[in-house]
Amino acid sequence: MNYIQFFEMRPEASLIGIYLVIFLYDLFTTGHNRHYFHPFVCLSTLLLTFLTLSDRSSMTLFGGMYESNAMIVFMKAILAFGSMLVILQSHKWLRDKNTFYKQGEFYILLLSTLVGMYFMLSARHFLLLFVGVELASLPLACLVAFDKYRHNSAEAGIKYILTSMFSSAIMLYGISFLYGTTGTLYFEDMGALITGSPIQIFALVMFFAGLGFKISLVPFHMWTADSYQGAPTAVTAYMSVVSKGAAVFTLFIVLIKVFGSMVSEWQTIIYIVTIASITLANLMALKQRYLKRFMAFSSISQAGYIMLAVIGGKSMGMTAMVFYIMVYMVANMAVFAIIETIEWKIKGAVRRETCNGLYKTNPRLTLMMTLALFSLAGIPPFAGFFSKFFVFMSAFDAGFWLLVFIALVNTVISLYYYLLIVKAMYMEPNDNPVPTIKSSRYIRVELAICVAGIILMGICSFIYTGIDSISFGM
Amino acid sequence: MLILSAVLFFIGVFGFFTRRNLVSLLICTELMLNAVDINFAVFNAYCYPNMLEGYVFSLFGIGIAAAETAVAIAIIINVYRNVHSIHIKRLTNLKH
Repeated sequence: MNYIQFFEMRPEASLIGIYLVIFLYDLFTTGHNRHYFHPFVCLSTLLLTFLTLSDRSSMTLFGGMYESNAMIVFMKAILAFGSMLVILQSHKWLRDKNTFYKQGEFYILLLSTLVGMYFMLSARHFLLLFVGVELASLPLACLVAFDKYRHNSAEAGIKYILTSMFSSAIMLYGISFLYGTTGTLYFEDMGALITGSPIQIFALVMFFAGLGFKISLVPFHMWTADSYQGAPTAVTAYMSVVSKGAAVFTLFIVLIKVFGSMVSEWQTIIYIVTIASITLANLMALKQRYLKRFMAFSSISQAGYIMLAVIGGKSMGMTAMVFYIMVYMVANMAVFAIIETIEWKIKGAVRRETCNGLYKTNPRLTLMMTLALFSLAGIPPFAGFFSKFFVFMSAFDAGFWLLVFIALVNTVISLYYYLLIVKAMYMEPNDNPVPTIKSSRYIRVELAICVAGIILMGICSFIYTGIDSISFGM
Repeated sequence: MLILSAVLFFIGVFGFFTRRNLVSLLICTELMLNAVDINFAVFNAYCYPNMLEGYVFSLFGIGIAAAETAVAIAIIINVYRNVHSIHIKRLTNLKH
């Protein structure tokens, strides 16, 4: 066996290296040095982003089990950057007396889910894919249940781990039938042998349902609202953006590489699921009072929009999807960071009424929240408009006019509920609004990055064309 | 053998939706995962006897199922400490 191969997968090798360094730092530092732990981890994840980006060559390793190319590396860098934003956001939470002594565990669990996601993206063999998916979801369950003394956190954790086990069992059942009909587990060989027999269609449905749980599309979304609400806010941000983005990208790759000859079947599935996700999630988001629960339903409908990019399956769809994930990441991170700062100020869950009159006391925070919500809703000058536009264009290009029309109608509905929050912040009178918040340096850096991303990605077209030049599809 | 694993799998699915105790939910998911392992082993033994991929996959499946159970039981203990019950009806705090 050629052991040098382990070092050729540079993103994974550097991630595991950084992981070990953080582990040793956690083990051997005491007293005053502990206070440098958090900035140290932020800088090392930033370094990880650059190390991931440094090797963009295309290669396959381990007899075709592992593949890397420019697009996959770019997606991995997005995920690493997203984790850095999450770590920045978690600063205040990790200073709390119940979490301070175990902050090392938080970083280590977070980075192990990141390893899992890296393997999910690069896997070209179902065994590696399965191990990656599990590695990405098991530590995440621990993170959801991280606040040991809070009832809600434990409840969210058990709901997450049980649904995640259930979904992976369903996914594996599908994979086992694929193995039974083709006799191989490599994506390339399997794709050539798949004919679209009824048992393979059954396997496709099972596999899609399994990954659908991870992306939280509508028939499989029951866990989302509860887990998102109960989890610590930084972890919610991580679940809603990074883990979802990785799962969508993986689904896209498997659909085109393995199920390439069953296009019409999976397009039908995605067609139905997309309409259901966007519409139902929008309708349910209308009546939510808690902001985190509301963001959970908003993220389900955003997942539906991302599926619009998957349905075409062309390289244009992939570009639109990755661009959408980037834009969605910065906007969602900004919203969650603001929710977290307000949460720490009022020491409780944020309801929509809590935001009433926020403009009077915290004008800058309100402005950033408005920008992020506008971007999520898709209002023109911001990045969210262009990401939605590209997604619609790729679905339109594949001939799904009715689907695009329904999605457009839903954009208007979503605009209504995003604007409800904006209205609450600017116009609703409130006798005792949230007092002025002095946010920490880390949150400020994160919000600055997010707002810069929201505005710049809307203006700079070279980002989209840059992604377009490295994307691939059917 | 495939019928055995299918029956096992759907007993797991049925139990997952009807049981009201966290530990029995965990047992049901274990049933489903074990059904999948049987499936892989059966396909390997009868359809592709001169290869090993299916067996290796079941081995990995067993290992990962064990890890999942460990994490799930740890969280169930945590739930019990906070709620003093592992019945699903008591876990409705997040809806309100």
